Amino acid sequence: MYKATIIIKRRKSILDPQGKAVEQGSKLLKIDDISEVRIGKFIELNIDTSSREKANEELDKLCNKLLANLNIEDYSFTLEEIK
Amino acid sequence: MKPKFGVVVFPGSNCDHDAYYVTKKILDCETEFLWHKDTDLKNCDVIILPGGFSYGDYLRTGAIARFSPIMESVINFANKGGTVLGICNGFQILTEANLLPGTLIKNSSTKFICKDIFVKVANHETVLTKNVSKNILEIPIAHGDGNYFIDEKGLHSLKENNQIIFQYCSDNGEISDKYNPNGSAENIAGIMNKSGNVFGMMPHPERCSDSTLMKSDGFLLFNTLIQNIIK
Repeated sequence: MYKATIIIKRRKSILDPQGKAVEQGSKLLKIDDISEVRIGKFIELNIDTSSREKANEELDKLCNKLLANLNIEDYSFTLEEIK
Repeated sequence: MKPKFGVVVFPGSNCDHDAYYVTKKILDCETEFLWHKDTDLKNCDVIILPGGFSYGDYLRTGAIARFSPIMESVINFANKGGTVLGICNGFQILTEANLLPGTLIKNSSTKFICKDIFVKVANHETVLTKNVSKNILEIPIAHGDGNYFIDEKGLHSLKENNQIIFQYCSDNGEISDKYNPNGSAENIAGIMNKSGNVFGMMPHPERCSDSTLMKSDGFLLFNTLIQNIIK
């Protein structure tokens, strides 16, 4: 069994209105040194496969087809073996 | 003979009954609701993916609806040349299903926008616009994620193949940033696929198709559709 940690980031070239809104919010807090805020997604899941390779393969499929939209996002993940 | 319409119902669809009302009561066409868990398109000639918040817009708009059992049938239907119209969330689902290019992302203002806007008919040679006498239509929008994004190459291809159907504009047809409500590339409000049988649009024609509402430009689109899709 593996625990996967998946991060989905919006591509740098794509406008991130949520990031901009957070940046503006930080100014309301009088924190003026924040910039380049980008909002992404953080996903954790367990995957029970016979091998790490199989887990990688299934997670690639999951990210490509469902979790990320490759027109606007990139994904990465790490795997940690758990009991 | 008039075409038969199918209106797909996803959990979270909220314009399904509006679409049904227009095709059944206003256009007087046979119409069926199609439940997302079913796979039978019930011999419908035109499939409408209605507006709403399918699956709560979780993950991304349209991302989960795209894997509904009914969507597999809709994708096969579209690939065989069947007519599909996605309105608002329906448009988002069609891009997630790769039946239309590009992606709808958050409005550049970050706000949900609900108001009447004007769109220019950029292509009059489609089954949805062929007999529409007006160049500028007034149709409501209601969305938080209507900002149409496509990369340079994709945009070039859309233009080259005349796939842009509607563009946000002023009441006299001026297309500029000033009249772009959500930040869409090239003010795009609606597109079609290369084959001209799959349509996606953010504005809601089904909300302005009944003359008792005083605004009925949406009717022009539905009416041309039934003239051009004959059973």
